[in-house]
Amino acid sequence: MTTKRITSGLGLLLGLGLAAGQAQALEGDAERGQQAAGVCVACHQADGMGMDNPNGESWPRLAGLPAAYIEKQLHDIKAGRRESATMMPFANMLDDQQIADVSAYYAEMTAWPTLPTAYQPADPEDAAEWLAHRGDWAEDAMIPACNQCHGPSGQGVGDVFPPLAGQHAGYLAAQLEAWRDGSRHNDPNQLMVGIAERLDEAQIAMIADYYATLPATLAERDAPSSEEDAP
Amino acid sequence: MSLRISRAATLVATLALSPAALAQDEGVERDYQIPLPEAPEGEVTFTPPHERDLPDNQYGDMVRQGRDLFLNTQSLRGEYVFNEQNCANCHLDAGRLANSAPMWASFGVYPAYRGKNDKVNTLAERIQGCFTYSMNGTPPPTGSEPLVAMQTYLHWMSTGAPINESLPGRGYPKLEEAEQAPDRARGAEVYAAQCAVCHGDEGQGQKVGERQVFPPLWGDGAYNWGAGMHRVNTAANFIKANMPLGKPYSLSDQQAWDVAAFINSHERPQDPRRRTLETLEETDATFHNHHGYYGDEIDGHRLGDHADFGENPRPLDG
Repeated sequence: MTTKRITSGLGLLLGLGLAAGQAQALEGDAERGQQAAGVCVACHQADGMGMDNPNGESWPRLAGLPAAYIEKQLHDIKAGRRESATMMPFANMLDDQQIADVSAYYAEMTAWPTLPTAYQPADPEDAAEWLAHRGDWAEDAMIPACNQCHGPSGQGVGDVFPPLAGQHAGYLAAQLEAWRDGSRHNDPNQLMVGIAERLDEAQIAMIADYYATLPATLAERDAPSSEEDAP
Repeated sequence: MSLRISRAATLVATLALSPAALAQDEGVERDYQIPLPEAPEGEVTFTPPHERDLPDNQYGDMVRQGRDLFLNTQSLRGEYVFNEQNCANCHLDAGRLANSAPMWASFGVYPAYRGKNDKVNTLAERIQGCFTYSMNGTPPPTGSEPLVAMQTYLHWMSTGAPINESLPGRGYPKLEEAEQAPDRARGAEVYAAQCAVCHGDEGQGQKVGERQVFPPLWGDGAYNWGAGMHRVNTAANFIKANMPLGKPYSLSDQQAWDVAAFINSHERPQDPRRRTLETLEETDATFHNHHGYYGDEIDGHRLGDHADFGENPRPLDG
């Protein structure tokens, strides 16, 4: 069966409604973005990899994030939907075109790591892996598995659900805290806020560390162990 | 409108899943829409065991295999599954979550009479029904490893649950009739605001690589016209208690009804029972005397008026 297209007027209305709800998208230019990104490198680094600062504010990796995601975050910071005392002055320096440009620049810089997508059962003894793969469905928690929205191995889904695996732990934990205290409230459909509120502090620390180290953990798991392989 | 219709047993016997109906009397009043009795009200008290307590033996291994199939039913794609669904899409927390049709509440209810195929169904047959309809597939044969694995997973999950007793939390909680009749146009607005971010503007779902992340809700990849979820009431019940993911009970009853009507008034693979009957009209009259859009004309198109079984290779006359 070929893909069925909505031919109904309803479907058309729905499409129009979505388009009208979004600002006119500007074409980003990575080369121009490099110029505009001069103000970004002090924290996000020249290679866009950011930095984890265990005793201070961590600077997220931007390289390889979807351009549309970066763009939305910058607009949200300017509009106060994502409050950040650190980022606000820098975001305010950028006009809409520059935002599109720096977003394209970082998106194209280095691809986000591609991680395994195949189903793997979660280890019930590993609390972090369990939360990532299976969630915490206790009656007072009702927390879906992180990967249910952020994709297999937490590598992100589309432009809306950002990659978690390979992001800095300090940044991930800070964002969950920001949803809890209300300073970040730019999640589509308020999908994240309730979940962040129902996570406890131990779960936040645990899951931030899990995703920050996941690419390395998976690489180690896949690499042939010289000891085991020795005859 | 009467839900009752008179059917000769020979018709039922032509359905792949109901050979036992041969034993039924000719001309008995049949209602293919009778649901199981509702789950009782009351607090959910049953808790399934944790996987960390699974034994390391052959039984435990079969439970794990069943759990894997439940979470990743796509591993049976092209063999028993011909759409893009996984069991855990509609039975959250790997079939463990109360009010999300949990498996521990189903296990002890079977064998049970189901109007859907007019016979007493064993648990194995009930699971086979999920493959035929919700997975738009082919039922794994009785005694085959996938079916045994799933039965064993359900059996383990039901450790300590009473037998032949309907437990609180079974199925999806039944919504009251909406104040206003479910409305597709209002539902489209709810869908755009609440559902499209995950399930896509055209209900197509989303994947990462080959892995399904958000299931399709209509079209080839979705449940077919015979699946319980194509009924507006079933979908509304599920949605109210379980969607959007992580936000249970956040929609009003009216929103749940409306968005269920919107989703289920789209095309999907043909009802497998259409193969057993001559016409769409007959299929509609026999099996669709319930709250659904099968056979209805929507925006100039009659839903279900096709010989399109999605990826399922068995043709209309097969």
